[in-house]
Amino acid sequence: MHRLIDDNQDSPDEMTELLKSQDNDTIIDGPERPNITNLPDVAIIQTSTDGENISSNAAATASSHSRVEAIDPQDHETTHRHRRNEQPDEQRPLNIEHEEIFKYGASHVVKLFVPVSLCMLIVIITIKTTSSYTPGGATWAYTPFTEDKSTNTQRILFSLANTFIFMGFVITATVILILLYKFKCYKIIHGWLILTTLMLLFFFLYSYFSSISASLNRPIDMITICFITWNIGAVGMFCIHWKGPLPVQQAYLIFMSALLALVFYKFLPDWTGWLILGVISIWDLIAVLCPKGPLRILVETAHERGEQIFPALIYSSTMVYMVTAVDPPPSEPQFAPDNINTNIAVNVDETLNEEQRNQRAAIRNNNARRQLIPRSDVPQTATRREPARYVVERSNSPVIDDDDDDEKGVKLGLGDFIFYSILLAKASALGDWNVTIACYVSLLIGLCLTLLLLAIIRKALPALPISITFGLVLYFSTVYIIGPFSAELNLGQVFI
Amino acid sequence: MTIMECAGCTLIAYGVPFSMFVFTIAHHPFRVIISMTSAFFWLLSLLLSSFLWFAVVPLRTQLAFAVPFAVIFQEIFRFLFYRLIKKAEFALQRVQMQELTDKGMVFDRFAVAYASGYGFGLISGTFAIVNVLSDMTGPGTLGIFGHSQDFFIATAFLTLCVILLNTFWGVIFFTSLDKGGIHRFIGPGTVVLTHMLFSCITLVNRTLTPMYTISLIVGYAILLGMIIYTVVLRGFNLNNIRQRIN
Repeated sequence: MHRLIDDNQDSPDEMTELLKSQDNDTIIDGPERPNITNLPDVAIIQTSTDGENISSNAAATASSHSRVEAIDPQDHETTHRHRRNEQPDEQRPLNIEHEEIFKYGASHVVKLFVPVSLCMLIVIITIKTTSSYTPGGATWAYTPFTEDKSTNTQRILFSLANTFIFMGFVITATVILILLYKFKCYKIIHGWLILTTLMLLFFFLYSYFSSISASLNRPIDMITICFITWNIGAVGMFCIHWKGPLPVQQAYLIFMSALLALVFYKFLPDWTGWLILGVISIWDLIAVLCPKGPLRILVETAHERGEQIFPALIYSSTMVYMVTAVDPPPSEPQFAPDNINTNIAVNVDETLNEEQRNQRAAIRNNNARRQLIPRSDVPQTATRREPARYVVERSNSPVIDDDDDDEKGVKLGLGDFIFYSILLAKASALGDWNVTIACYVSLLIGLCLTLLLLAIIRKALPALPISITFGLVLYFSTVYIIGPFSAELNLGQVFI
Repeated sequence: MTIMECAGCTLIAYGVPFSMFVFTIAHHPFRVIISMTSAFFWLLSLLLSSFLWFAVVPLRTQLAFAVPFAVIFQEIFRFLFYRLIKKAEFALQRVQMQELTDKGMVFDRFAVAYASGYGFGLISGTFAIVNVLSDMTGPGTLGIFGHSQDFFIATAFLTLCVILLNTFWGVIFFTSLDKGGIHRFIGPGTVVLTHMLFSCITLVNRTLTPMYTISLIVGYAILLGMIIYTVVLRGFNLNNIRQRIN
């Protein structure tokens, strides 16, 4: 799930985001929901004749001029909106016709590239160095049928059966989550979340260490293992559920996603794994985009209540802020601070010189338009049972925001991490690095495209389908078609 | 020995490109994305070429058939990527470019051309060498059947050559197309011709005891030529250089 947090918030109560997306990170958990409750005012809508708006950094530029109200046909919360500046009326029709410009630049996309790549790297390194994370060892309850069948048809049938059983668990978990959320059983959700993080951090970590030491053939004494596990686990619980330094929290999320992906990789039989990847992308698509889809229902419920949707299981690149609006200063320069924060589309890389940075920081500081309240994110990796959701309590203490240029973060659901890593793990199982690299590139490009679409459509979007589709297509084509060609070329050292 | 050789060949092939990445691309997210996207385009072109190779079953061992088509497909996809970038830039230009230029930010075409060439080159070199590198770490004897013993080293140097060549080809291609006029044909034409020349020369490597020197020298000579052409295209000439040196 992606969220781009816009700090030009007007709405008094909720965090508004420019871009929403949504993703199903249920493997086990229910789907993740975006935190978007209403569209921000500041989206600038501009048309372009091509209708193509490739660069995701195009965002910033638009914000340079006056803000426009985003016209959203589904908008039902006009009550929450406060317009900060009065738009000149003649500008509105113009802006309505125009296509939306992304406010956030390529740096946000890259900020998601890095953790996803790290997660995949951890998974691949573990698989290559230890032998105990290879599939086919034991079976688990979620995919009870084995794939040792005599004919291919039987194998497919049993794999399909496995897939449907697994998806049954996932859908049940999602539905339970939604019911819990609808009936406001926040305590249960919170408690469940803590329990699952506990299990993940301690039990899986312990089994990870023991399998590493077993496959590296180095015995480690129990005391050391317990000491290490206890420390890592306790700090993890703190960072994830309470407060902690952001890099540490991010590191824990990445590591836990990697752990879970490894567990999945180990227990999912071969063909079942591929089928599950495909089916869960379709489920993601359905759940998020169909009007009766569970995730959509969740979004709308959160809409109605004016609450944030669960921030659980989210990787965020900055501290998550809740924004409350404050009356804008009377004279706001046209060169509004929002623009400052934007990564300008064109050459994003131009670094500002010191003076410009200080200027911007000064303007931002003086502009008390909003107060940012840090909210502890409670992400957590998917559990096997129920989706755990945590509703954020809004605190009333304003806190100073930080002055980075990219304080607006990007979020991605941890389920995305997990499924991408599973795909890559299966791709690397063959030992052919061409396949691994091809899948890696296609996954990242899929992510890029999803973020782009997110910026264009500005609705909840699932992150899985595009990437997984690209990944699967490129996997099978690389294994069967590109692979032999490439091998033939390598053999003769022919460089095309 | 094997790990050493693997590390050595990796550094030969990726040393310069890695430095290029760290110094020119890593801190610019836009360029990272451009490189990734152009790598993806290269993958698509390879997919097409592989389909062609795969489909024509009897000629599978005759790489001389597949290689020119692979080159042509790559250049077609380079052109397609150029069109994509053009569209994106056009879309950006509709948006109040004035504010951007005031702030000193312009759509840096050179950077985009460079990043795209780099992306192409990186993925091209990677596909050429990465399996060889992973085989290098395992047991084995090189040249046991009378094959050349320079296989690994030559591969590493050729990979470096390919990566750099693609970078410069990208710059030449995009810059020439941007310039218009006669350059619209000279630039891409040069790129296609030299690419074809380079790839077909490497076909010589398929004999039992290949003379790697041929492909290496031709490759690096072409690289030198491309560097000079790029420099000339970007507007430097002898006077400029003389002034800068003095």
